[in-house]
Amino acid sequence: MINGKKLFVSASPHVRSKSTTQSIMLDVIIAMIPALISSVVFFGIRALLVTLVSVVACVFFEWAVRKFILKKSNTVADLSAVVTGMLLAFNLPSSIPFWMVIVGDLFAIVIVKQCFGGIGQNFVNPAIAGRIFMLLSFSDAMSKWPLPGQGIAEFDAATGATPLVSLAKNEALPSFADMVIGNRGGSLGETCIIALVIGGIYLVARKVIKPTIPLAFIGTVAVVMLIAGKGDLEYAAYQLLSGGLFLGAIFMATDYTTSPLTSKGKVIFGIGCGLFTCLIRLFGSLPEGVSYSIILMNVLCPLIERATTPKPFGTPKKEKKAKEEAKA
Amino acid sequence: MAKIPEGVLTAVKKVRGGVKVDHNKNTQDLEVVRIPTPSKVVIPMQMHIGAPCEPVVKVGDEVAVGQVIGDTDKFVSAPIHASVSGKVAAVGDIKMPNGSISKAVTIESDGEMRLWEGIKPPVVETGADLVKAVRESGLVGLGGAGFPTHVKLSFSPDKGIDTLVINAAECEPYITVDYRECIDNSWDILSAVYTIKELLGFKKVVIAAEDNKPEAFKVLKSIADNEKYDPQNDVRLMVLESKYPQGAEKMMVQSATGRQVPPGKLPADVGCVVMNVASVAFIARYLKTGKPLVSRSLTVDGSAITEPKNVRVPIGTNIGDIIEFCGGFKGQPAKLISGGPMMGLSIVGTDFPVLKQNNAILAFTEEDAILKKETDCIRCGRCAAACPLSLMPTNIIRATKAKDVDTLNRIGVMVCMECGSCAYSCPAGKPLVQHMRLAKALVKEEAAKK
Repeated sequence: MINGKKLFVSASPHVRSKSTTQSIMLDVIIAMIPALISSVVFFGIRALLVTLVSVVACVFFEWAVRKFILKKSNTVADLSAVVTGMLLAFNLPSSIPFWMVIVGDLFAIVIVKQCFGGIGQNFVNPAIAGRIFMLLSFSDAMSKWPLPGQGIAEFDAATGATPLVSLAKNEALPSFADMVIGNRGGSLGETCIIALVIGGIYLVARKVIKPTIPLAFIGTVAVVMLIAGKGDLEYAAYQLLSGGLFLGAIFMATDYTTSPLTSKGKVIFGIGCGLFTCLIRLFGSLPEGVSYSIILMNVLCPLIERATTPKPFGTPKKEKKAKEEAKA
Repeated sequence: MAKIPEGVLTAVKKVRGGVKVDHNKNTQDLEVVRIPTPSKVVIPMQMHIGAPCEPVVKVGDEVAVGQVIGDTDKFVSAPIHASVSGKVAAVGDIKMPNGSISKAVTIESDGEMRLWEGIKPPVVETGADLVKAVRESGLVGLGGAGFPTHVKLSFSPDKGIDTLVINAAECEPYITVDYRECIDNSWDILSAVYTIKELLGFKKVVIAAEDNKPEAFKVLKSIADNEKYDPQNDVRLMVLESKYPQGAEKMMVQSATGRQVPPGKLPADVGCVVMNVASVAFIARYLKTGKPLVSRSLTVDGSAITEPKNVRVPIGTNIGDIIEFCGGFKGQPAKLISGGPMMGLSIVGTDFPVLKQNNAILAFTEEDAILKKETDCIRCGRCAAACPLSLMPTNIIRATKAKDVDTLNRIGVMVCMECGSCAYSCPAGKPLVQHMRLAKALVKEEAAKK
């Protein structure tokens, strides 16, 4: 009590870092802006509209379900719903009808995220779960990929196969440069590799993510595809650049809640994602496997984490301990 | 800014994790000033880890500076001396800064600071003499923990203890008294180091500080490279990266020797003794003068202090008197901390005495006192990345909530030293140290049942 006013008393430490959940989510949003811009460049204003609808729907569902059904605090300000909305939109073709986007958002936010306890509690990534839900429910609309520069009108746009499908069927492929800058068919946020990598570098520089998972993920796909293509560099490169590999590896596999905390666990997680992606692409009936591979590894995350939990400081190593016990 | 001189050692094994905290060493250029003799001191009988002392004076007694007023025959304890001359006004229970109750002796000062006639330099010829002298000096670890120093120093020669680590890391923000000790009393530090090394048979001495104190390195280096006293060059300086909690005991041992103190063990179990730099300098002065631990230096700083200062105060001085000496409060203080901002104790008012192990008093205005709002854990893993002891705080919280003691033991919660790196880095503003304490209490409770 000083000058009649009570003092704050709390457990140490009495200083805290500046980062908050909100600041971290804001960084993720900033990191996705280059990819968003590129999607507008290639797929027109409709890409932006799809993203906006998705974000607004996610934020609305997050607010509404917590207020009216779960009767919990308002968590819209942590911006995580905005991230989910953007990510889900990035996984969709720009020609997708808006109502389908909203149904996907409903599934992602209400079922996957909030029903399991909200932020930090979901066992799979909500955006990926939303995408898979939509893929199964609206498989027609979800596999029509507008080609760049033609995706403005909703239904009469020319659509074509994505490079992955072409690759599988040995059809003509876009040029290598087009693949890198994103001038090819695909879901609206996945095509521009440069924009995705810029976002990834930003996240690493801001210490939001560690580069472990993306590198292990993409590296594994590169190695396996090199082997599968019998050393054909071009084949491996197209495998890397097409589909949602970069989007998935940088923005979705690195989701805090559904990836391991431990460094070793991150490596295992990344390699696992890579292997499943390759298995699905090479042997599965689906052309693309990134989202399924991530969701599979999401489910394995608690096991990986348990197996890779580091020994507390000063704990003797296992072999040593066993030896010492044997001696005693 | 001076550079770290050449030929200084670097860490044998670097500390994992940790956090970069703003240093805020605002008072580093301020020499320690002595405060005017307070009119009254309250000297608690428990200012160390271990058994409390019993008062050996009674109300009305005349006491002089350095006279024993509290003692015990228990080994893990340290005698307590009068810090001012005057009359004993009260002997009784007081409330301590941490909320516990301790016996205390209140002395009304006569303002003369008369030295007790019994004070004379101790005769120290052997290691045993040194340990006895250190006990009589009342010295406890001045870095904050308050562990009786003579206990650390009394080990049998066959224990294989070879390294003395002098801790000048001072990784807590704001606090600069150890730094001042290096700059102002460097010769005290070195002379005590040579004496302790000689008498107790240490093979190696490592004086370690963070790289944000180049001036201290310059001064210490000029003395550490002393051909006359240290021909074998066994006393070496070590530079550590500036990162919290570099100065924690286990971390110091690891940096200096590469050894890790096992859970539940002490540095002595891996052949090391760690001493705070101010404690060492005090030993040199005690051996010279025989004046026991009756005063100490502390940093007074923070956004609610008018004139931040490094002050030397008699033990038992009222914290309010010290703040008054530093120009009083600037604005309305909202938080008072005894110790550093990372591990210090937040106290409920100024009416507490300074203890032997206090190294700072910090006062903050409301703006700095309000911590970020607690939100849900997002499993970002920053707590686990920051933990220098490789623990996973998120999992510890979960296991605590589930009252799962087996898991808590498996994931090593008892290893936690409550450094606060996890809570500092948590974006969700979780009071993780509090959770760790709850978890430890749960484990202890369960162990007591068995």
